[in-house]
Amino acid sequence: MKARAFSYFRAATIEQALDAHALVGDDARFIAGGQSLVPALSLRLQAPRLLIDITHIGELRGVRREGGFLRIGALTRHCEMLSEPLIAEFAPLLQAAAPFVAHPAIRNRGTFGGSVALADPASEFPAMTLALDAEIEIAGPSGSRRIKADDFFIDLFETALQPGELITAIYVPLFKADQRFAFDEMARRRGDYALVGCGMLATCAGDRINDIRISFFSVGNTPTRVKGAEATLIGSSLNSERIAAAQAALEGDLAPPENDEVPPAMRLHLARVLLGRLLGRLGESA
Amino acid sequence: MSGFDENLLDEADETVRVRFVVNGRKVACEVAPRETLVDCLRNELELTGTHAGCEMGACGACLVQLDGRAVHSCLMYAVQADGARIDTIDGLSESGVIADLQAEFHRRNALQCGFCTPGMLVNANELLSQVAEPSREEIRDALSGNYCRCTGYEAIVDAIDAVAKARNEGGSAT
Repeated sequence: MKARAFSYFRAATIEQALDAHALVGDDARFIAGGQSLVPALSLRLQAPRLLIDITHIGELRGVRREGGFLRIGALTRHCEMLSEPLIAEFAPLLQAAAPFVAHPAIRNRGTFGGSVALADPASEFPAMTLALDAEIEIAGPSGSRRIKADDFFIDLFETALQPGELITAIYVPLFKADQRFAFDEMARRRGDYALVGCGMLATCAGDRINDIRISFFSVGNTPTRVKGAEATLIGSSLNSERIAAAQAALEGDLAPPENDEVPPAMRLHLARVLLGRLLGRLGESA
Repeated sequence: MSGFDENLLDEADETVRVRFVVNGRKVACEVAPRETLVDCLRNELELTGTHAGCEMGACGACLVQLDGRAVHSCLMYAVQADGARIDTIDGLSESGVIADLQAEFHRRNALQCGFCTPGMLVNANELLSQVAEPSREEIRDALSGNYCRCTGYEAIVDAIDAVAKARNEGGSAT
């Protein structure tokens, strides 16, 4: 199918983009990489009157250190997650997740900010912002604000973004020498949406885990931190008994929805298996 | 650059002028904002080597190079490409840069109906420009977004593998 007719405006600045949205309201959509929005328009799941192209706004580009954070511009493409040295050094969990995001040609267009804004519960990057304790910078009609990833994802495709607001950057705390990370997902076909996926970031003192954040995707309406499992691991060393306890805790952390293709019990089982594997790898990476 | 003009909303069905460099040639054409790049290439510019398959980014038949990177031409509107450099399978064929890939696909029967082949070649070209000698696993991974319903992929992987090795040895695959 083809999209319903719309008008197109290429914004040169954030201000222009916000102004255009403010004038048109709910009938306007920002477009960046468009790798999810264009199919949605083709299927007429959405039919905006105006597309505001934000990909030529220089302020939304670039990756740089800022204080204790890596500031990743919203327009950073998925392929840049693989090639950008600053990401490899200071946000290696994102680099580990990037090869699992769709296919190479999609990664050449899709943007980090767009993925987080869409908040697809089956997507890798939104879930990784939770594991990384990232902060999301938002520009809107009433000014700019920063919000923790923990407070950003609200429900299915619903975020703290208000109408007319735009993600400008994502701030990721710099990866430190005493930290370890792990990422993996299970999918039926390479590049397909995961049946279950998980990423984690731990702060360790030798074998002891001082802090850990574990985030799952494809397990419910939003990317999901598993705080019960995290609690069983914090303050302990990583041994098979602790790993089993964390796996058991998932039953309280996750409530996968009914689904014809993947029953909740199967998804929970896969989540336990994946968690066990990743914690095992975390232990080996000491 | 001027700001947004509300009158634009009344012109949703009217065409706008876009310019790009397609296969090394400067072109301008009139497109409706909702016209995808693949439709523009095929219908306005009559470059029919690029195929429109699923039109939702799943099959990979519509891959073109946009500013040097492989992208789905069904997942962007022509207006978004205004000012960009686009290389299609037609241009890549004419220039000879993928002649060895094409010859090897032919020699190994890496195509049957040929519908997916333009996308396969654009993708293979990108892979080999980034990874000098990819493993078979890397080739399969790179092709994961390209559907072929005839061949079963084995011959396609063989062909790309052979070309990668031949390029590294400085000869031709055949």
